[in-house]
Amino acid sequence: MGRKILLEKIGIEGIQRFDVYKRSGGYSAVDKALKAMTPNEVLEEVRKSGLRGRGGAGFPTGMKWSFLDKKSNQPRYLICNADESEPGTFKDRYLMEHIPHLLIEGMICSAFALESKTAYIYIRGEFKYLVGILNKALSEAYANGYLGKNILGTNFSLDIYVHPGAGAYICGEETALIESLEGKRGNPRLKPPFPAFVGLYGCPTVVNNVETLASVAPILNIGGFLYATIGNGKSTGTKLISACGNINKPGVYEIELGISVQDFIYSDEYCGGIKNGKQLKAVVPGGSSVPVLPAHLMLKTTNDCPRLMTYESLAEGGFETGTMLGSGGFIVYDEDQCMVRNTMSFSRFYHHESCGQCSPCREGTGWQERILSRIENGEGRAKDIDLLADISKHIEGNTICPLGDAAAWPVASAIKHFRKEFEFHVEHPDIVKNIRHGNIINYKF
Amino acid sequence: MIGNYIQHKIYHKEGKTYSFSETTQERVNEIIARYPRGKQKSALLPLLHIAQEEFGGSLNADIMDYVAVILDIQPIEVYEVATFYSQYYMDKVGKFVIEVCQTGPCLACGADDMIDYLKEKLNIKVGETTTDGLFTLKAVECLGACGYAPVMQINTKFHEQLTKESIDRIIDTLREQAYEPQNNDDKWVEKFCLRK
Repeated sequence: MGRKILLEKIGIEGIQRFDVYKRSGGYSAVDKALKAMTPNEVLEEVRKSGLRGRGGAGFPTGMKWSFLDKKSNQPRYLICNADESEPGTFKDRYLMEHIPHLLIEGMICSAFALESKTAYIYIRGEFKYLVGILNKALSEAYANGYLGKNILGTNFSLDIYVHPGAGAYICGEETALIESLEGKRGNPRLKPPFPAFVGLYGCPTVVNNVETLASVAPILNIGGFLYATIGNGKSTGTKLISACGNINKPGVYEIELGISVQDFIYSDEYCGGIKNGKQLKAVVPGGSSVPVLPAHLMLKTTNDCPRLMTYESLAEGGFETGTMLGSGGFIVYDEDQCMVRNTMSFSRFYHHESCGQCSPCREGTGWQERILSRIENGEGRAKDIDLLADISKHIEGNTICPLGDAAAWPVASAIKHFRKEFEFHVEHPDIVKNIRHGNIINYKF
Repeated sequence: MIGNYIQHKIYHKEGKTYSFSETTQERVNEIIARYPRGKQKSALLPLLHIAQEEFGGSLNADIMDYVAVILDIQPIEVYEVATFYSQYYMDKVGKFVIEVCQTGPCLACGADDMIDYLKEKLNIKVGETTTDGLFTLKAVECLGACGYAPVMQINTKFHEQLTKESIDRIIDTLREQAYEPQNNDDKWVEKFCLRK
């Protein structure tokens, strides 16, 4: 069994409640931080732990915190990014639903390190049912003196509020999230200035993912140095992976970074192999935005080494033969899945979610969707495949925020690795048109 | 508590009156108080959710104007936000809004078949409402429940690992409960505020 840090207590009956959580050792990190440490010492532990942002970018959390402008007299804000909407990702929802106090504990420690008095949890609108769960947990924390004025008798005070979004993927981008929290459209801001200097209401702000903030509590408990010994190289600690698609056991798994992809897909502890005894065809390992890889490249790198579940190993080979760990939204496809159809659905998603601010993204995602739908429906033209690849190149790197890149990569990688399927669609419109929902094509190449 | 208190406001337009109930007004005040003084516009998204819930499930220009009055901002600031986010409905919707996820992972697990089945069962197209005003069918993008695909959300409740049989059960139950006096839906607005 792999080591569990975040989900260690998940099996305890009633762990959602404050008393049970406290009795099983919860809130000890807050006691430790507030009574025995300075804000800088907390930051230093997080830096030592090597913790990297769990929302997808993998940026070192300690470094992000150290950028926060502490010189200005303005209030400082901590925002928890709970706008989990990357297709394939459902780990934050799981964490908030089953062990909400872990997030609150992590947020108290983080706000202490950042010397912030107000924190917001920005949660996606579709998760309204979680607002009640979080507010109940927050009320319990207030009632027990862990939130509010002078926490545990110290001079540190903190208020945490839940703020619901209303259905916009782009609000997961930190500056769009800040705009949305200010009551505006979720249009990302041009960086710099970074939120660490000019964030919410123009004040210094740190935005961190749910899982990142939750990890701060165990890091303080076991110490940053020990946390850094878990995992593999610069991929320290454990990560929640949400596995879905055509596997026997979809769900949220906590893995020690560094286990092999082969183990993760086939062992009974995790995904339990491909459903209905079928063959593995492809994997998108980090949410829809990262490149898709065919089975042989997913299991082994081009150097014939087993591919590992780490930031570095998954990225090995760059965009030619590698991909990214991203948010840990692990989508598995069996041999019957049509890559054209899947790519079309992702393009439809990005077209729907583009905020419309930058022309390459606003127009490009629309072109991608229309051309892919055409190919998928058996109306594609021979030139369309290269046209798609060309559009991807023109979106990538030409937009304010990374949504443009996220829309370009899945299309570019699908064409790179599964070009024959696209060609088949263009060359055999009669066959493609007759297949309901485009699935289960026995490609005979 | 940081913040400011907005007094109870009533909005009249062309003979119609818009006003939140006493309880809702209290909640609205608590929500506005979560944001610093002068930054009450931050409460716009939560308030639009509450207004939509209280005034029949969708928004219109009058309701948005009322929200603008409460927050002391220009109506255009409300319109541009309300039309940006996909959970605010500008057209009338049914009592139950069925949103079926159609993105990659759900698609790989048969979401299209579920949408087809719902169309057939309710006898409507995607985007339409049944003639009895009960159900609106929507195909939406990722709901963040990919491991339990295929998935649909009805109002706030998630229904996961759908099959034709489970859809039959869910829809039939909602039909039976639709005219009962108390709403069977999750009362999320009540849970919107902390009870300190």
